[in-house]
Amino acid sequence: MWDNISILTAAPVFNIQLILDGLFIGATFALAAYGLALVWGVMNVKNLAQGDFVITGGYIAWWLGKQGIHPLWGMPISIVVMFGFGWLVYITIIRRVIDKDLFTSLLATFGLAIVMAQALNLMFGPEVQTAESDYAVRSYFNNSVTVADIKLIAFALCGVLAVVVVLFMKNSRMGQAIRATAQDPRAARVMGIDTDKVYAFTYALNAAICGAAGALISMIWVIQPFYGIGHAIRAFVIVTAAGFGNLPGVILAGLGLGVMEQYGGFVLGAEFQQATVVGLLVAVLIWRQIEMRRHRQVVQ
Amino acid sequence: MNTKRLLTAVSASLAVAGLALAGPAQAKVEGDTIILGSAISFTGKYSTNGIHAKNGYDLGVKRINEMGGVKVGGKSYKLKVQYYDDESTPLRTAQLLERLVNQDGVKYFLGPYSSATTKAAAPIMEKYKVPMVEAEGASRSLFNKGYKYLFAVLSTSEQYLASTISLAAEVAEKNGKKPSDVKIAMAFENDPFSLDVRAGVLEDAKKFNMKVVIDDKMPRDLNDISSTLTKVKALKPDVLLLSGHSKGAATAARQIKEMKIDTPMIAVTHCEAAKIVAKFGASTNGYLCPTQWAETLSYKGKYFGSAADYDKTFKKTYDGYKNVPYQAAQASASVLVWKEAFEKANSFDTDKVRDAIASIEFETFYGPIKFAPEGNNLGKPMVLRQIQKGAFNVVAPSKYASHPLAWPRKPEE
Repeated sequence: MWDNISILTAAPVFNIQLILDGLFIGATFALAAYGLALVWGVMNVKNLAQGDFVITGGYIAWWLGKQGIHPLWGMPISIVVMFGFGWLVYITIIRRVIDKDLFTSLLATFGLAIVMAQALNLMFGPEVQTAESDYAVRSYFNNSVTVADIKLIAFALCGVLAVVVVLFMKNSRMGQAIRATAQDPRAARVMGIDTDKVYAFTYALNAAICGAAGALISMIWVIQPFYGIGHAIRAFVIVTAAGFGNLPGVILAGLGLGVMEQYGGFVLGAEFQQATVVGLLVAVLIWRQIEMRRHRQVVQ
Repeated sequence: MNTKRLLTAVSASLAVAGLALAGPAQAKVEGDTIILGSAISFTGKYSTNGIHAKNGYDLGVKRINEMGGVKVGGKSYKLKVQYYDDESTPLRTAQLLERLVNQDGVKYFLGPYSSATTKAAAPIMEKYKVPMVEAEGASRSLFNKGYKYLFAVLSTSEQYLASTISLAAEVAEKNGKKPSDVKIAMAFENDPFSLDVRAGVLEDAKKFNMKVVIDDKMPRDLNDISSTLTKVKALKPDVLLLSGHSKGAATAARQIKEMKIDTPMIAVTHCEAAKIVAKFGASTNGYLCPTQWAETLSYKGKYFGSAADYDKTFKKTYDGYKNVPYQAAQASASVLVWKEAFEKANSFDTDKVRDAIASIEFETFYGPIKFAPEGNNLGKPMVLRQIQKGAFNVVAPSKYASHPLAWPRKPEE
């Protein structure tokens, strides 16, 4: 461990590689986490199938890539398809569990996650797949730092998508309806908002965001039918740390998590890369607990 | 009326008991057919290779039946395999094998796919004292538990990358360096198979007193090893070794390409299964890939002819194979073991057949077969192939090499 830290201090240039890789992948984490925060905040559904939505989006882009469509063009298609899929899932499953207790919706989405992973496995097989963008790779500092163009593009696209979603939530009628429903569904209903439709739209929007994140992940990382759970855990960690309704927080937490993972992998070894994520979740929960206790004492 | 009912009940229960008694005795050899049992993965994460293995079993059975079947006690028997799908889960493998033994009465077994499921299978074989010839479980932990009924035709896992170490030592000496100057970087998945591969490498590295500068273990959800590769850039090792099934090979090949890793010698397991040449093109040039078997090897046997002949037969039988996976070849070889063993034992007694398996020694298209007392195959070495201009050429061991080693590797050639 100390050997690895000394590499970073002796040759600081490798920090740049770690930070860049972390930011690039962190951006896609933030995207998926924002979708989760939306569904969680508006509908109070903790969507355990979040990771599998991401992976499904990846498979759509990958499959289109195999048909000769560049995966970057596959991304908008993935967004549309996943939107439709999300709507369908809402009508068939989520609508029936949304006003039941927490445990029911957890079970339902967990079941959905298993079915989706197995369906992907049956359709595409268990191999790891990657969508190839065939863009160049740039090297800097005598090949010590390499940046693939596709990662830069993916990072920019994440930013664009985040801005679009924010503008949509702020300015469109549907965005306002979603925010109103999140604040008080009963009042919203009294005001004539069709909350059922709002829920369906929110869930579908989340699936679409995951579709985008997945398409990008298939281009910069790898996908496999059973990799969903890792992405779901990351999204939960990010939302738990940032809280919902806090978009800057989600973005910061997402990017931070990406970078932390890279440092965890470098310093502690690859076996601790994902352990870093779970370790962070525990740390966040403990910190939250302490904070809340302090808050309670103040109230008393 | 009561007596009538009693009679019915008694006769019914007698019939059931009779069936139960008759069932197994008939089932293992039905008429002129010997039934081999296998619980193997048709669905789940091992399904691709599970189906390769099934195709291999079926081809072996087909060939033996075409050649007149198995002769025991002057009579000819056909072979047949009864399959169940273990869904790639060891627990299911164990349940299905119990079912094959207890309900279907099968007494002779072919292995499942993967070390994990074979590990679940071995204790069941011991419990019922029925032999299994397996072809797809390479973990060395299968052969240090004293199992008596488990035999494997393939090389064990610790041999997979060990030959790279001696190759690296050779190269170092050729370049006027000491083998002990060689720096090794390695990343292995944290699963029983890959850790066995690692143990084999460490053992050999110790022999040459080489220095291991990176020794990372990759998680099961293996989608990123860029932090390990950043370390490789920093420490500039002479050899980079990676093993994490097909997913590890695909992830590694992608990120080695994207990060322009220029280590002169890179060895990766499961190159063929992960189709890295098709996916990542020239960037994979120079990778060393261990394999159990290759159609270019000079092995020969009486059932399929040479390795090349087997390759042809397989492609003719099954559509859609550009390359014949070694998983299929070794599956076929394990069926040949059964034929030889039945004929040597000249009996269907499980213990006699078991002893016959333990003592057979013969040549096949897959390589020589001769089992150690622990059940692993001593006859056949692990072969190292190098990707050279997109083709897999055997470069080690030198006895079977068809091409010289290209060193250092030049990715974009």
